[in-house]
Amino acid sequence: MSAAYVTNCSNNFAINAEKLTRNFGQLSAVSELDLQVEKQTIYGFLGPNGSGKTTAIRLLTGLLKATSGEVNVLGCQLPRESNKLRLQIGYMTQKFSLYDDLTVTENLQFISKIYGLTPNQQKARLSELLSIHQLTKQGKQLAGSMSGGQKQRLALAAAVIHKPKLLFLDEPTSAVDPQNRREFWEQLFDLCDQGTTILVSTHYMDEAERCHKLAILENGIKRADDSPQALMANMAAQVVEIAASDLRQIKNSLIKLPQVISAAQLGTHLRVLVKKDVHQPIALLQQQPCINPTDQLNIVRPSLEDVFVSCTGRGGTL
Amino acid sequence: MRTSLLRIQAIVIKELLQLRRDKMTFGMVIMIPLVQLLLFAFAINTNIRDIPVGVVDHSQTALSRVLQQTVSATGIVTFTHHYHSTKQAQAAIDRSEVRAVLIIPQDVSQRLVRHPSVGFGLPPSSKEETSRPIAQWLVDGSDTVIAGGIKSLRNMPLVELLDKPANRNTPTFEVTLIYNPEQRSVVNIVPGLVAVILTMTMIMFTSTAIVREQERGNMEMLIITPMAPLELMVGKIIPYIFIGAIQVTIILGLGYWLFNVPFNGGLGQLVLATFLFICASLVLGLVISTIAKSQLQSMQMTVFVLLPSILLSGFMFPYEGMPLPAQYIAEALPATHFIRLIRGVILRDVAVIEMSFDMLWLISFSCLGLIVAAMRFKKTLD
Repeated sequence: MSAAYVTNCSNNFAINAEKLTRNFGQLSAVSELDLQVEKQTIYGFLGPNGSGKTTAIRLLTGLLKATSGEVNVLGCQLPRESNKLRLQIGYMTQKFSLYDDLTVTENLQFISKIYGLTPNQQKARLSELLSIHQLTKQGKQLAGSMSGGQKQRLALAAAVIHKPKLLFLDEPTSAVDPQNRREFWEQLFDLCDQGTTILVSTHYMDEAERCHKLAILENGIKRADDSPQALMANMAAQVVEIAASDLRQIKNSLIKLPQVISAAQLGTHLRVLVKKDVHQPIALLQQQPCINPTDQLNIVRPSLEDVFVSCTGRGGTL
Repeated sequence: MRTSLLRIQAIVIKELLQLRRDKMTFGMVIMIPLVQLLLFAFAINTNIRDIPVGVVDHSQTALSRVLQQTVSATGIVTFTHHYHSTKQAQAAIDRSEVRAVLIIPQDVSQRLVRHPSVGFGLPPSSKEETSRPIAQWLVDGSDTVIAGGIKSLRNMPLVELLDKPANRNTPTFEVTLIYNPEQRSVVNIVPGLVAVILTMTMIMFTSTAIVREQERGNMEMLIITPMAPLELMVGKIIPYIFIGAIQVTIILGLGYWLFNVPFNGGLGQLVLATFLFICASLVLGLVISTIAKSQLQSMQMTVFVLLPSILLSGFMFPYEGMPLPAQYIAEALPATHFIRLIRGVILRDVAVIEMSFDMLWLISFSCLGLIVAAMRFKKTLD
């Protein structure tokens, strides 16, 4: 890949990676990852634990050096220009990485000084951030004594204190209740609206569905990437929902069929993924001895979880 | 440059805030010098006094009892046990009941009167009589200091035993003690303690400084910021320079008020010497911190540096008496150079500049260490 090509791409893409690979000894944490993230979008990494999400983010922030491959982030070639990049990106780590023994204000003051804000800028920015992230009352509270949701809001405030063009969020909502998660995503869309590009990793399906675009990762390999809607529309499987009495037993028999990718119970229903090349999935399933004629079988709209399962060949939930 | 200073200031403020909330560490700042000074200054005593010894008195005469009294009047030993036989006495030494036993032979009076040092020179003592000592010491020689103390009794004058005027030997040399004329060990120990306590606390504080950020997960956030490694290092050191100054004040203040350690040197010289040493120790701690993988490891490495700093630096034993390899190791330790400086400044009123080798050594050690620490600190997670 020529340098001119990279420069061209950087005009449209906040992140442009080609064949990005990182090995830890024998293990390949990220292998041959191609990635294009458009500016001012929210891009998601969806994958189970150990799928290489964190490593990929660390490679893109310059925290780790790639074993091979090309990365261009905001026009900076990594790892050569990682120092130049640091002022333009924000990073919210998976684990809370601010100081537990400093108060909210002290933490933010520390970060703002590190990023070189003048005292006047700092004062204005801090009160702005505290009110946006509903932390005004917690200003004098020690960060370590706050709830998961408050910590997460503080971490986001600290990550955007210098108004980065590109924001990395590594499983930002794993310790947060659904209500807080909703509000958190509202903040992300606000930031995106103001021109920030956001890359977020998650293992929650509902969260992944909010992203403009999505990459599904498994064992360091990108299995699919597109918008959530396109992923669901182009899925390589059909979803049949079965309502019956003895779902556990039906599941165990159906899973043995070569045409069935997976079967998972959702309450009173069994969700069966059948390969796309089967023309009459309902008919195929009804022929099975374990299905009673009275059982109800319907083709339903696929969910993101179905996409994930059909892409990765994993059964069940994450 | 402005942003660089701002970042250093940010780290200094952060460290001070954390220190203020860390009651344990804050307590150590005060308590370590206080307790250690009191302990060491009272306990470390190279003057030998009141060693418990036993006696086997085969003679059982008035003379043998006077002999015992004369010996114990020296203050070096105290007779605590009496044994009937040499065998019993040796068993007592074996089980550490006493450190030495004085064996007084049956014919002690005869030996005494014929002994040349007593000087009843008529008829002249025969060669055989001269070589016959008055009594024998059986000493547990494993502790060389105690053995040396008892050895010093070998030539003690005994003439007062016999009411004879002392015929002291004229000394070959005259010895004039310029400093510490009363020979109090505390005068030598207190300045040395400054070195030992600072080595312990300063290295300990900074050796955990970088590792702690790693262990608590703050490092990932720190290295994504535009902060330069050198800024982080300098910012981590500055707060502890003040802590070190507080500790020195405590040690020397107590030394002056409690133990009457004389202060012959100027205050400016003292501040300069301690400043150089504090910097060197803090930098050494930082280097450790970039090597250690956990706070526990950094503590172990601190101890690894601390022990030779106590034993080889000249704090406990004279540097000149050590074998050459040990002297080389000692030269590598900041404490050795500082002990020379501070003893010079406090006890002999020497200017630091006059001991330029030690001064320059501490300065170069600090600069070099700072560069090494900054270079070892990587801004990636690789």
